[in-house]
Amino acid sequence: MKRARFHHRLLPVLLLVPQLTIIVIFFYWPAWNAVQSSFFLQDPFGFGSQFVGLDNYSRLFRSAEYMKVARFTLIFTLLVTGFSLGLALLLAVKADKVIRGARTYRTLLMWVYAVAPPVAGLIGVALFDQNIGAMTRLFSGLGHDFRLGVNYLDTAAAMVIVSVWIQTPVNFIFFLSGLQSIPQGVKEAALIDNPSGLRRFWEVTFPLLAPTAFFLLIINITYALFDTFGIIDTLVKNNPASNPMTLVYKVFIDGFRGNDIGGSSAQSVVLMVLVLILTVVQFRLLERRIHYT
Amino acid sequence: MAQLSVEHLSKTYPNGVTALHPCDFAIERGEFVVLVGPSGCGKSTLLRMIAGLEDISSGQMRIEDRVVNHVEPAERDIAMVFQNYALYPHMTVYRNMAYGIRNRRVPAAEIDRKVRDAAQMLNLTEYLDRRPAQLSGGQRQRVAMGRAIVRDPALFLFDEPLSNLDAKLRNQMRIEIRALQQRLGVTSVYVTHDQIEAMTMADRIFVMNAGRIEQIGTPAEIYHRPASTFVASFMGAPPMNLLRGHGTGTGAVMLSGGLQLDLPMPTDAGRDLVLGLRPEDMRLSPDGPIRFDIQIVEELGATRLLHGQLSEQPFTVAVSKETQAGPGIARLAFAPDTASLFCGQKGHRL
Ligand SMILES: Nc1ncnc2c1ncn2[C@@H]1O[C@H](COP(=O)(O)OP(=O)(O)OP(=O)(O)O)[C@@H](O)[C@H]1O
Ligand SMILES: [Mg+2]
Repeated sequence: MKRARFHHRLLPVLLLVPQLTIIVIFFYWPAWNAVQSSFFLQDPFGFGSQFVGLDNYSRLFRSAEYMKVARFTLIFTLLVTGFSLGLALLLAVKADKVIRGARTYRTLLMWVYAVAPPVAGLIGVALFDQNIGAMTRLFSGLGHDFRLGVNYLDTAAAMVIVSVWIQTPVNFIFFLSGLQSIPQGVKEAALIDNPSGLRRFWEVTFPLLAPTAFFLLIINITYALFDTFGIIDTLVKNNPASNPMTLVYKVFIDGFRGNDIGGSSAQSVVLMVLVLILTVVQFRLLERRIHYT
Repeated sequence: MAQLSVEHLSKTYPNGVTALHPCDFAIERGEFVVLVGPSGCGKSTLLRMIAGLEDISSGQMRIEDRVVNHVEPAERDIAMVFQNYALYPHMTVYRNMAYGIRNRRVPAAEIDRKVRDAAQMLNLTEYLDRRPAQLSGGQRQRVAMGRAIVRDPALFLFDEPLSNLDAKLRNQMRIEIRALQQRLGVTSVYVTHDQIEAMTMADRIFVMNAGRIEQIGTPAEIYHRPASTFVASFMGAPPMNLLRGHGTGTGAVMLSGGLQLDLPMPTDAGRDLVLGLRPEDMRLSPDGPIRFDIQIVEELGATRLLHGQLSEQPFTVAVSKETQAGPGIARLAFAPDTASLFCGQKGHRL
C-alpha cells in the first residue's frame, strides 16, 4: 500500500475531523446513551428516571416474548442469508457460463445493482398486496388464502421472500465478479484434471470464491439482522403486535410505541454485544482459512 | 500406430477469425513435436483443440484409435502445462500434483507413491506442503510439470511453459523437460515462439504461419531445406539471406543487382525467384566469384557477423572468430548445394 506523506502535522487531523464527527455523533454518542439508559427505569411520561441496575436486562431474559422474537430473528437470519446467498450463487454460476467475458452482458446484469433498495422493497411489498399482489394471487391459485399481516406464518414468509428478493442481486453481482476473476487457466486445468462438473465446482471454483463468499456472509447477516427493518416496518405497519418481528424491530416497538426506553436500551446493548461477538468470531475463525497469498 | 492424428482439422472462432486452416498430420508414439511460429499464428489454438478446450470447427481428431472431437478434456488422457502454470492456489504442492489422479479412482497408496516419485524427480520433495504462492517461478513451473507427470497420460501438451522464466532458468528447464520426456517416453506437443527451443527440443517441428502449417520436418530438414521463404526467414539466427532475382533459363540466377550466380538446378527464363543462402554457409575467399561490400561487423564472441551489401541487396555472412574481417570489399564463395531456391511470387521452395 502507498503511504501518503503530509508536510503539516495538522492537515491529516483536519482531514479526519468530518469522518470522526459523524462517527461520534451518530454512533458513539447514541451507543453511550443507550448503555446509560439501560440501567434506568424511565417514567413513561418522561418525568425523570430511576436507577435500577441490571433489572432491565434480567427482565429481558425472563421475558418469553423476547425469547420468541430472538428465536424468530435467528431463523429469519438463517433463511434470508441462506436463500439470498444460495440463489445468487446459482444464478452467478449460470450467468458466468453464458457471458464468458462478453462485456455487454456483464454491463446489462450490472444494471440490477442500480435499482435502489427502497424501490425494490416497494415492488416486493406490492407483490404481497392483499388485492392486487401477484404473489397473493399465486398463493390463492395454489389454494392458499395468503393473509399478510394477519397470519403469522404468512407474514413471516413474506418478510423472508421480500428480504431475499432485495439482497439477491447484490450478492449476484459480487459472486459474478468473483467467478470472473478466477484465472481462466485454473478453470481449464480443472477441466482437464476432473471429469465431474459438480466436483470441479466444490473443489476448485468454490474455494477460490471463498473470500467473496465470506465477505458476503458478513454483509448478509448484518443485512438480515438490521437492514431489514424497513421491510418489516412496511409489511407489519398496521398491526405489529401479533406479527413476527426481529430483535431490531422490537427495539423500536418497545422504545417508541411502548415508551419503555430502559428495556429498549438494554435490547440495543444486547444487539451491540451480539454484533461484536459475531464479527470477532467470524474474522478470527474463518478469515484465516480462506486467504491464499 | 499414431498417437495423435488429424484430418482436415480447422478452427474458426465465433467472431469469424479462422485461426487454423484445414490441416492433416500424425504424431507418432513417443515423439516430441514443437509447434513454432510468430504470435497469433494459431499455435495455442491448435494445442487447445487437442486438449479439448476449444471446439473443433471441422475435420477429425484421433488420440490413439479413438475419435475425440466431442470427448471432454478430462476424458482425453492428456495433461497440459500452461504458460502461467495455472496451479490451484488453494491447494498445497502435494494436492496440486495429486488432484488429477485423485479423480480417477487410483488407490491412495499409489497416488502417494506417484506424487512422491514425481516430486523427487523434480526436486520438489521439500516443498510438498507449500502453497503455490510460496514458490518461485521456476518451482511453480516444476509443480506444473509434476502435475502432468503424475497423470501419466497418453499426451503431454505444453503451451509456452518457459516464457515466464529468465533466460538462464529457461535454458536449464529446456534441457530438463527434454530429458524427462525422453525418460518417460510420453508423446509431447510443445508450443513456443522461440526458435531455439524449437530447434533444440524437437524430434519434429511444425512451423506455423497465419493459421497454416507451413512445414513439418526434423530440425535439420527445417534448417537446411526450408519449405518457404517464411520458414527460411523465421528459423535460424541470423536468418537466411533472401536475394531477389530471376531465372536465366540456363541453370543460373540473375540477381536484381546485376550479379549472375550459377546453380546446380534448372531455372525457367524470366521467372521471379528468391535465392536463399545461410549466413554460415558463405565463406570469405580472395578469389571467390561474389563481391560483398562489408559495412558493419558484429562481434558475437564465438562468431562474427558481417553485414553489408551483395548485388545491391542487404546480406549477412557469419564467420568464425578466427577469421579476420573489417569494413570494405570482400569476396565470397559458397557450395552450390547449400543454396535454396524459392518461387518469387508464392514463396514456396522449388
Ligand atoms: N477466443 C477467441 N476468439 C476469437 N479469436 C481468437 C480467440 N482466441 C484466439 N483468437 C485469434 O486466433 C488467432 C490465433 O490465436 P492463438 O492464440 O492460437 O495464437 P498463438 O499462435 O498462440 O499466439 P501467441 O504466440 O501470441 O500465443 C489470433 O488471430 C487470435 O486473435
Ligand atoms: Mg499462444
